[in-house]
This record gives sequence, C-alpha cells and structure tokens, in this order.
Amino acid sequence: MSSHLKNETEPTMWTAKLRNSWQRNLPIDKLLPDTQPAYVASWIYIFGVLTIAAFGDIIVSGLILSFAGPAWYHTSSVGLFVNSLHFWGVQLFFVFMVVHLWGKFWMAAWRGRRFRTWLTGIAAFLASIGTAFTGYLIQTNFDSQWIAYEAKDGFNAVGIGAFFTPTNIGQIMLIHVALLPLVLGAITVWHVLLVRKNGVVPPIDAAPEGGN
Amino acid sequence: MSGWLSDFMNVPATYIHFTSWLQISVANLIVIGVMVALFIIAMFAPFPGSHSTDSQTSGDQS
Repeated sequence: MSSHLKNETEPTMWTAKLRNSWQRNLPIDKLLPDTQPAYVASWIYIFGVLTIAAFGDIIVSGLILSFAGPAWYHTSSVGLFVNSLHFWGVQLFFVFMVVHLWGKFWMAAWRGRRFRTWLTGIAAFLASIGTAFTGYLIQTNFDSQWIAYEAKDGFNAVGIGAFFTPTNIGQIMLIHVALLPLVLGAITVWHVLLVRKNGVVPPIDAAPEGGN
Repeated sequence: MSGWLSDFMNVPATYIHFTSWLQISVANLIVIGVMVALFIIAMFAPFPGSHSTDSQTSGDQS
C-alpha cells in the first residue's frame, strides 16, 4: 500500500473507498506476480488454466456462431467445423474443470480462509452446467426437442415452470448466449482474483498458517 | 458425416446395465475413465522443473 494512503483521512467518495480497498487487498504485485511457491508447480493448476483456455475457445466460437446464425453453421462445412469447435470445446472444458475440481477437493483447498475461492469454483461449475444444458436446447434438432420437453416436465414438477420455458427457443437462446456466459465469465474472473489475493493453498503437511 | 467415423458414431449408444436402476452408455463410461486417468496422472506425474530446491518458495503469497 502506498504510504500516502495511510495518512489521508477516511474518504467519502465511493470511488476512493473502492480504490483504497482494491489497493489494500490486491496490490499490483499480488495481481501480477512473477514468482510462485514451489508447490504451485503442479499439473492440477495446469488443468485450471486449461479450463480457462477452453472457455476462451467456447466464447470465440460461440460469437462466430451467433453472428453467422444456424442457417450457416448447420449447412456449410466451415459452419459445421466452428460448431464442432464450440461443442468439443465444451467437452474439454468440463473434463479439465472436473480434474481441477477433484484435485482441489483432495487438497482441501478451502483451508486458510480460502472458502470464497472454493465457493466461486463450485459456483462456476454449477453455472457451467446450466450454460451447457441451455446449449443442448438450441441445437434445433429432435434431440433438443426431446430434452426441452423433459426439462419442461421437470420445471413444472418443482413449481418453477412459470419462469422457465425450455421449449421457448427465443428465451433459451438469449439465456445461453447472453446471460449465462456473462455470469460464468464474472464468476471466473472473481475466482482468479481470489486466487491472486489469497494465494494458492499450501500442501496439507506443510501448512503452518492455521485456520480452516 | 461419412466414412468410418459415421459407422462408429452414427449408431444408437450402447448401454451397460449394472443393476436394475443404474445404467450408463459406453461413451460416457469411457469419458469418466479418461477423466480419472487424467486426474491420477495430474497428481503423480512429475512437473517439469519442479524437482529442484526450496529456493523456489521465495514468492509465497499466502
């Protein structure tokens, strides 16, 4: 923290409060570090980064699909290729994320006041499931039609059928391409910022910092 | 889709029935097996450059 911040009076503007809080909790050398503890050299973290890379592929290919439209990606060879990039990117995204999740679970990664990092990871997993399911609903084929009516029965059974209509492709399309990617992206950014702020959890047998 | 890939993929899924209430497609079982294998490899495979000393611990942020 800069020395002048310690001496100034308590700010009243929300911008100054936010700036001071950011600089206190996540200074730039913590946000963009050039060294890491030795135990960060683990394949489990590579799978975390691979998850973000797969998410990037999904976003870029999804943007192309959105702009070109189903008449393109269902018929042309390039469109089918980009559609496949999107689909297989999702498959790899889940494989990478689940391996990362398993690793962090057995590392008990919530130790040392890192429960928010763990919870944002879980939230990202749940948001990903919702995003993937809405993706299956907009394939515009018999498979998506079958899934939509099964899901509609499920929503009705739990009493929320008035709010979610999976057979309405307009509703599901907007949820899939606009709302859920933004939610998932925001959760992912929050997760990475918490990793930067709190650091990576040390191994269980070498954790003197205390507190669970 | 045409060729050997279509012969392989454009067919109804084969399901394995473990009990009267649990069934899973062979494709999903293979994916789960691959994930478990990747997890085991990720836990135990040596990480390049990680075999050296404690000198790398200087950047501990915690």
